[in-house]
Amino acid sequence: MEGFPILTVLIAVPLLAALACLFVRAEGARWTALGATLLNLALGVLLWANYQPGGPQWQFQEEVRLGGDYLNWQLGIDGIALMLILLSVFLMPICIGASWRAIERRVPEYMAAFLLMEALMIGVFAAQDLLLFYIFFEGGLIPMYLIIGIWGGAERIKASYKFFLYTLFGSVLMLIAMLVMIGEAGTGYIPALMAYDFAPGLQTWLWLAFFASFAVKMPMWPVHTWLPDAHVQAPTAGSVILAGVLLKMGGYGFIRFSLPMFPEASNQFLPLVFILSSVAIVYTSLVALVQRDMKKLIAYSSVAHMAFVTFGLFAFNRQGIEGALIVMLSHGLVSGALFLCVGVIYDRMHTREIERYGGLANNMPGYALLFLLFTMAAVGLPGTSGFVGEFLAMMGTYAVSTWGAIFATTGIILGAAYMLYLYWRISYGAARTEEARTMPDLNRREWALLAPIAAVVLWMGIYPESFMAPMRKDVGLLLARIERAAPAGDSRPTPGNPAAAAPAHAAAAHGGAEAAH
Amino acid sequence: MQSIILIVFLPLIAAIVAGLGGRAIGNTAAKAVTTGALFVSAALSWPIFLSFLNGSGHETVVPVLDWIRSGDLQVDWALRVDALTAVMLVVVTTVSSLVHLYSWGYMAEDPGQPRFFAYLSLFTFAMLMLVTADSLIQMFFGWEGVGLASYLLIGFWYHKPSANAAAIKAFVVNRVGDFGFSLGIFGTFLVFGTVSIPAILAAAPGMAGSTIGFAGMRVDTITLLCLLLFVGAMGKSAQLGLHTWLPDAMEGPTPVSALIHAATMVTAGVFMVCRLSPMFEQSETALNVITYVGLATALFAATVALVQNDIKRVIAYSTCSQLGFMFFAAGVGAYGAAMFHLFTHAFFKALLFLGAGSVIHAMHHEQDMRYYGALRRDIPLTFWAMLIGTLAITGVGIYGVFGFAGFYSKDAILESAYAAGTVPGNIAFWVGAFTALLTSFYSWRLIFLTFFGDARWGASEHIQHAVHAHDDGHHADPAGEHGDSAHSTATPPTGTAGYHPHESPWTMLVPLALLGLGAVFAGWAFYYPFFGTEEGARFWAGSLVHDEHLVHAAHETPLWVKLTPAFVMLIGLALAWNNYIRSPGAPAQVVAATGPIHNFLMRKWYFDEIYDALLVRPAIWFGRLFWHGGDERIIDRFGPHGAAAAVGVGNRMTARLQSGYLNSYALIMLLGLVAAATWAMTR
Repeated sequence: MEGFPILTVLIAVPLLAALACLFVRAEGARWTALGATLLNLALGVLLWANYQPGGPQWQFQEEVRLGGDYLNWQLGIDGIALMLILLSVFLMPICIGASWRAIERRVPEYMAAFLLMEALMIGVFAAQDLLLFYIFFEGGLIPMYLIIGIWGGAERIKASYKFFLYTLFGSVLMLIAMLVMIGEAGTGYIPALMAYDFAPGLQTWLWLAFFASFAVKMPMWPVHTWLPDAHVQAPTAGSVILAGVLLKMGGYGFIRFSLPMFPEASNQFLPLVFILSSVAIVYTSLVALVQRDMKKLIAYSSVAHMAFVTFGLFAFNRQGIEGALIVMLSHGLVSGALFLCVGVIYDRMHTREIERYGGLANNMPGYALLFLLFTMAAVGLPGTSGFVGEFLAMMGTYAVSTWGAIFATTGIILGAAYMLYLYWRISYGAARTEEARTMPDLNRREWALLAPIAAVVLWMGIYPESFMAPMRKDVGLLLARIERAAPAGDSRPTPGNPAAAAPAHAAAAHGGAEAAH
Repeated sequence: MQSIILIVFLPLIAAIVAGLGGRAIGNTAAKAVTTGALFVSAALSWPIFLSFLNGSGHETVVPVLDWIRSGDLQVDWALRVDALTAVMLVVVTTVSSLVHLYSWGYMAEDPGQPRFFAYLSLFTFAMLMLVTADSLIQMFFGWEGVGLASYLLIGFWYHKPSANAAAIKAFVVNRVGDFGFSLGIFGTFLVFGTVSIPAILAAAPGMAGSTIGFAGMRVDTITLLCLLLFVGAMGKSAQLGLHTWLPDAMEGPTPVSALIHAATMVTAGVFMVCRLSPMFEQSETALNVITYVGLATALFAATVALVQNDIKRVIAYSTCSQLGFMFFAAGVGAYGAAMFHLFTHAFFKALLFLGAGSVIHAMHHEQDMRYYGALRRDIPLTFWAMLIGTLAITGVGIYGVFGFAGFYSKDAILESAYAAGTVPGNIAFWVGAFTALLTSFYSWRLIFLTFFGDARWGASEHIQHAVHAHDDGHHADPAGEHGDSAHSTATPPTGTAGYHPHESPWTMLVPLALLGLGAVFAGWAFYYPFFGTEEGARFWAGSLVHDEHLVHAAHETPLWVKLTPAFVMLIGLALAWNNYIRSPGAPAQVVAATGPIHNFLMRKWYFDEIYDALLVRPAIWFGRLFWHGGDERIIDRFGPHGAAAAVGVGNRMTARLQSGYLNSYALIMLLGLVAAATWAMTR
């Protein structure tokens, strides 16, 4: 791999393909996009294979000076970025496949938008320059606006309008904070900033500015209301990529910026994060319970799941952070798959109303099986990817705050309630409409989209080590960095004193024995 | 001991083959694969159990695969085999293989047979993972896995709304238990730095007297952990408060009720407490809580069972009650007695359920005992099977000579409670003895209503359907009509309506016969290994806490204590005989005399109504409130809509094409970048 600029190539391939798409017809654009995303998937696997889990912190580093001091083409990844890049390149061909027949209008532009988004997403995870990161981070949303605004549903204008206002608010503050940081530290090189100690007073303001942006992206309660609208209006593939990758950028931001750069401020605002996350889990789970629109239900469940991420990240311990990372990967796969499942039946009946379906286990057994698997992964059943992440994140949370863990754990009760209620209304019972009763089962294309995700969901649930090993060192380095600000937690068990606590029970048994004689 | 790999994974492989390939290989092959795999598992399990009985078995842990590695948290897929596991292995594989065989007959006309058998085998795999767990997290895997299988099997007839509702209820109520179990695991890991069960048990005594913070309180560490874990056990084992799912779970096919909701899954909580007994022993408070919860459940469920009319619901409440017995046995420190009752109960309760299934099969899916009667002549083999099951559950036997399975295990529990000599122990003895009386009454009531008296099938809608297969007449729903009164037998609908029940096929009778053997001999044959003073110590070999003093004291209790169970059994039998054989008008008088109490029991102490009012409705109400009130009226109004209105662009912007603000957004971002770059470069 020496000398081969694989990260640049990963960004360039979709960019070039996006350009090419604009010069061909619909069918050509579909195949171009599929070819490019599959090529990128192959490159991603190559990246994974060549990544050294125990090697240097930053690998595959590249640098091209652009003349200035503070905006340079600096790329490089650690294990965390690697896993998120893999998630992106894995989901992209699936998104293209999901749009194969569902999109009939302005296909070349649509494919170009998706490819552009892939390039920018990879850029976000690979950038090592602060301003370069900002360009990718905010730029990646432009194709998303286009996808919702042009290929979206009836109320796409309102949805993208909300998306815009929320995001604008956060990104302006973040940009200001970034400029202040460059001024303070004298560098825009992210690895250098991750080791720079900002004054605690300044940290507070910088943390808040970044928080404004990342909390919207996560999204955290109460800045989550753009997400249900955006999901409902977006085409299936747009929802997949929105839930699968774009929501992960907030978590990535926390782990790359907020925690290592502002550890004291992170500790200071820990109660805020935990309170917002607690509210999010209970509040959005209850809202999900009463939804009548499938996509809206899954969108609200995403907000609840993302609260596990914020809990875990701010637990300041290994289980919490590793759990949060696995939740990010798992949720990317599972919610993506759930949106695909919605897309499968939406393509047949053109409605998202849960009440129009029912009894699909009869005529679509293959669909019912896969949908069940993803439902179980969403409720965190052990053996699926959902369990490993959520359980670790909650375990980490418990060590910091038992109250936090109590609220987080209510999520496993409420999550089961709203997901199983959804599954019942879609798959079980009797079909409520004639169309629902006669829909055909999954075709080969749909199997090809869902089966790979199912396989990875089980793989991550049964042998998560494949996914955790590359990130272990980076979590360790992060922990070493934030250790000084780690909270003590509210459990604080005292050492045992077995001598003082007499074995009263055994004594009582003796007494009873004597009495019996 | 490598056979444990086969024992555990054969059912999984069979489930995958039957589940995914069922359509390709056909019904018979799918059934043969799963049933065959289970019989192999059972055949391999018995030698392990016997090796522990004769003292040649020893504790082993067979590693399979790494699972979760996160700092100090090291979790592996591993299969642990010791005496406690060996007991569960034979229970699970034996009952499961017999239930598989039984289902050949019972489910013969069902279109979804491969799916059914795949679910059964999947359940067995998960249950085996649970009982072979070497770490709390693998136990949790099995715990949730059996929950999934239970959900799928309760809702197996997914076209029925009641089955779906029951399935979801089972899963969600169990999740409430898992809420406690999870927190218990988190706390255990925090305190001990490991989730390995042997490591925790070794370290637990050293934590006696420690305190810990939890939700703003300062509490005893071990007590907190034990109680949190016990909440999980309460959910899975349907203890009072979290029991509401179990009676509803009877919506599933009857073989499922026998396997999951009687013999195996619901006993997982008891198994957990026994597995962790060295830890529970460190907290007297936790043990007392377990005693009282078990006792309350035993009594509560028995009172409800007195008045139920659905044959499966009687047995379901009976199961709930017997689980309570096991828990208070564990609570007074007699873990061996708890496991002994778990063991014998698996045989006789599976027998009762499968017998009930045979009755239901013969009666064309009628489950209401008010429409049974006089069946002993038509289905004699089923009658004998259920009679044996009833002799076993009511604990019939002569002290010092011979008894049916329940005689030994129930006596062991009550004697231990008495011998414990503590206040909770004494309460447990007296309440337990009273509950045994109720057990005897409702069990004999079931037998008398079903097999004796006059035939009352004529009024059954199911029977009428069977007789007039082409008759589309409208019959009133019997359950709805008589739903609020248990003893409408005051004016018994009589006659057979010309219907002739048929005995079940051999596939159903063979399991009944084999389980019958267990119900007769399991107590007599295995009393000493499970509950002998020295024999018990040798058999358990440290796999659970075997308190020799307590067991010895239990053996030395006064004669009247030993005779109490038999005495109360006879009273219950006499009462049932009086009410249902001698003077069939008596129940109506009792109902008339105890109207409100009877209604209270019929309504199952109003648990469902209370939970609905306190939890389900508020959840829906808050969901709507947060959605419309919170998200739409508050957050959106003061958030994005408010911001837009404040700058007076809202309407114009929403009216314009999306590219309008898209451009402005891109412009702002670009301007920002240009400003930044300029500033950066000119510095």
